Amino acid sequence: MKPARFEYHRPGSVDEAAALLAELGDEAKILAGGQSLVPMLSLRLAYFDHLIDVSRLDGLRGITADGASLRVGAGTTEAAVGADAGVARAVPLLARATPLIGHFQIRNRGTLGGSIAHADPAAEYPAVALALDAELEAFSASAGRRVIPAAEFFTGLWSTALEPDELLVGVRFPVWTGRCGFAVEEFARRAGDFAIAGVVVALELDGDDRVARAAIGMLGLGSVPLRAPAAEAAAVGQRAGELDAAELGRLAMSGLEDIPADLQGSADYRVRVGAELVARAWVTASVEAAGSDRAGGMAASVGAIDG
Amino acid sequence: MAELPVRLTVNGETVERTAEPRMTLADFLRERCGLTGTHLGCEHGACGACTLLVDGAAVRSCLMFAVQADGLDVTTVEGIAAPDGTLSRVQAAMRDCHGLQCGFCTPGFVMSITALLRDNPKPTDEEIREGLSGNFCRCTGYQGIIAAVHRAAETVEKA
Repeated sequence: MKPARFEYHRPGSVDEAAALLAELGDEAKILAGGQSLVPMLSLRLAYFDHLIDVSRLDGLRGITADGASLRVGAGTTEAAVGADAGVARAVPLLARATPLIGHFQIRNRGTLGGSIAHADPAAEYPAVALALDAELEAFSASAGRRVIPAAEFFTGLWSTALEPDELLVGVRFPVWTGRCGFAVEEFARRAGDFAIAGVVVALELDGDDRVARAAIGMLGLGSVPLRAPAAEAAAVGQRAGELDAAELGRLAMSGLEDIPADLQGSADYRVRVGAELVARAWVTASVEAAGSDRAGGMAASVGAIDG
Repeated sequence: MAELPVRLTVNGETVERTAEPRMTLADFLRERCGLTGTHLGCEHGACGACTLLVDGAAVRSCLMFAVQADGLDVTTVEGIAAPDGTLSRVQAAMRDCHGLQCGFCTPGFVMSITALLRDNPKPTDEEIREGLSGNFCRCTGYQGIIAAVHRAAETVEKA
């Protein structure tokens, strides 16, 4: 047995889980799929006196669409997200990022909410949530439900805006309609490894082929998932065909801080990889947007560009 | 630290033991149930040697505590062959295609391949490589293992 000792709690409802968190506070940690937490415990990178297992709570699972948004229960497994045809239609970035998370054996246990609450800067779902301005639904016994914009959620390495007594219960992703294109590009040394760098791109074109909306999320390039505001601003209003994707890649890398450097690659290397991935993802998403009309029923989008 | 009761189904049989909360499912099966077919390599979710089926889903048993498996249905490599010892088509194909040398990683591969072929009976070469990317083998160079998956997919399971 490698983890330090802890007390195990398996509440029967979200309310019970929140009550336990309120009682135990900082000494407790939510255990969802455990695919990141258990390795950290086994390596003794983390210690908790109490684990609150929410992996069986039906109230945390499920995927519901209401047209303008898609809500994914925090306890929904990555495998369930990846297998859901409604997710692929409504939020293509989520569906296309899923196969890049670990391996299928990991995705069978790992959850969407667990990945986002764990907030690893090299993880896929946090970058998707940030790029799409998702709304993160927290719940606590004291304050009830609280919505946190993704832009305010990721506060540092493995750190979030969740209070010690709050758990993440769901994530609401906006559904983009119109002439949209999406792409996920990631580079890792081996399949399933955390990416050295990765990029998610969503863009919408108007009837004149100008970029109406652009969202670029980046992973592995800082201590938190990042947006690329300079590149997004440079793209909006421009004709898609006239944009220089390589220049967007360079702009996306401007102003980066805390770029990781390790045996996998120096900070300089990551920046070069990141710029190239932005350029590739931009081109792929542009091509898809030019050929699609999502309002008219999702033409030509499935499977074309899985990274 | 008090041990908690754990009651689960392992390879079709009900098992009741106790475990400290921090005992992984893999350690529980090996040390409390005497089922040492499930191997532990890295013990932090990287190598795949401890892969088994929980309620039919292939998972890493080093990343799950035994107490979390309470009430669930577990299949280990010991439960894969027929009761008379006849190898499953995956096991037979691993043998026939030289899909193992030292055999340490083999139980994890057998479980991953069993789940893979159940969900995707005719996988492409790429799908096989993707599906097995979470299992490490340090002997074979993988080619024999990939050949074994193709062979197993072509084999009709005996009833």
